[in-house]
Amino acid sequence: MSGDGQGRSHWFDDEAGPVVRPYAMTRGRTTSAAQHRLDLIAVVVTEHDAGDPETDPTLSPEHVDIVGLCRDEPQSVAELAAELDLPIGVVRVLIGDLVHAELVHVSRPVPPAELPDESILRDVINGLRAL
Amino acid sequence: MIFGRSERGKPPVEPVTLKILVAGGFGVGKTTLVGAVSEIRPLRTEELLTEAGRPVDDTSGVEAKHTTTVAMDFGRITLREDLVLYLFGTPGQERFWFMWDELSEGALGAVVLADTRRLEDCFAGIDYFERRSIPFLVGVNCFEGAARYPAEAVRQALDLDDDVPVLLCDARDRESVKEVLIGLVRHAMEYAADRRQAVVG
Repeated sequence: MSGDGQGRSHWFDDEAGPVVRPYAMTRGRTTSAAQHRLDLIAVVVTEHDAGDPETDPTLSPEHVDIVGLCRDEPQSVAELAAELDLPIGVVRVLIGDLVHAELVHVSRPVPPAELPDESILRDVINGLRAL
Repeated sequence: MIFGRSERGKPPVEPVTLKILVAGGFGVGKTTLVGAVSEIRPLRTEELLTEAGRPVDDTSGVEAKHTTTVAMDFGRITLREDLVLYLFGTPGQERFWFMWDELSEGALGAVVLADTRRLEDCFAGIDYFERRSIPFLVGVNCFEGAARYPAEAVRQALDLDDDVPVLLCDARDRESVKEVLIGLVRHAMEYAADRRQAVVG
């Protein structure tokens, strides 16, 4: 279909708004059963024994994209949302599905209570200086 | 040595991620500041909100719910392979405060950018971080053509506590923004140390 040279010329334009509502991708779900809310800077990592997600008929193209993007380099939830141009809420649900399917795991950012760890903050200062 | 795909058995590094918020009024230079130090062009994430129509939206006669988009711009600084800092510009409009709650959870601290011509625009941000005990500093973005005020005058005008740093900066200038961020992390360290003492003492 994409090889027909038509490219992006559709009968509708941007003014029509999204033709598929974003939450259609999540089949209307706005939360994921898997876990509590994922932080914007939680990092998603593809399991290295994850097979080819394209062969899994239960996954949407967006699921497959996430598995692919996080295989080479772990990505934060915010980056995935920006990269896929999807609302954060949608991305969260999709990631929840993938965690459930054991295709990715999420490493949680440092919890607030542990944040003021002096050695990390010192590393941040040194890192900023070296930029 | 073998490079590339044959190294696939090796799991990728999972970095520790930290975030700093950049708050301030509309047009004060939040995204400019993020862009000055970010290794990527500031990205935009969006969240869809459904809210009941409000009087300000003039929905008289239309009782349907509205979908609004809140956008946040963010940048990334890889400090080390295993340590990544994200900078988030907070959404400007005050009716999106609840997004701030989510953003500020676990944040290292916040930079409140101020413009001396419209100082009142940053009151809301200062209030917010004070109330939630999130370490912050005030960066006075020195716009060309705006009168320069000494940091002390700005501190007084904003009625800041003595320990809140006030720095004059240029949001377009990488070195200047680096200084602001270093100042904030230092302040966060002191803040954490004080709090620990308060708990022990």
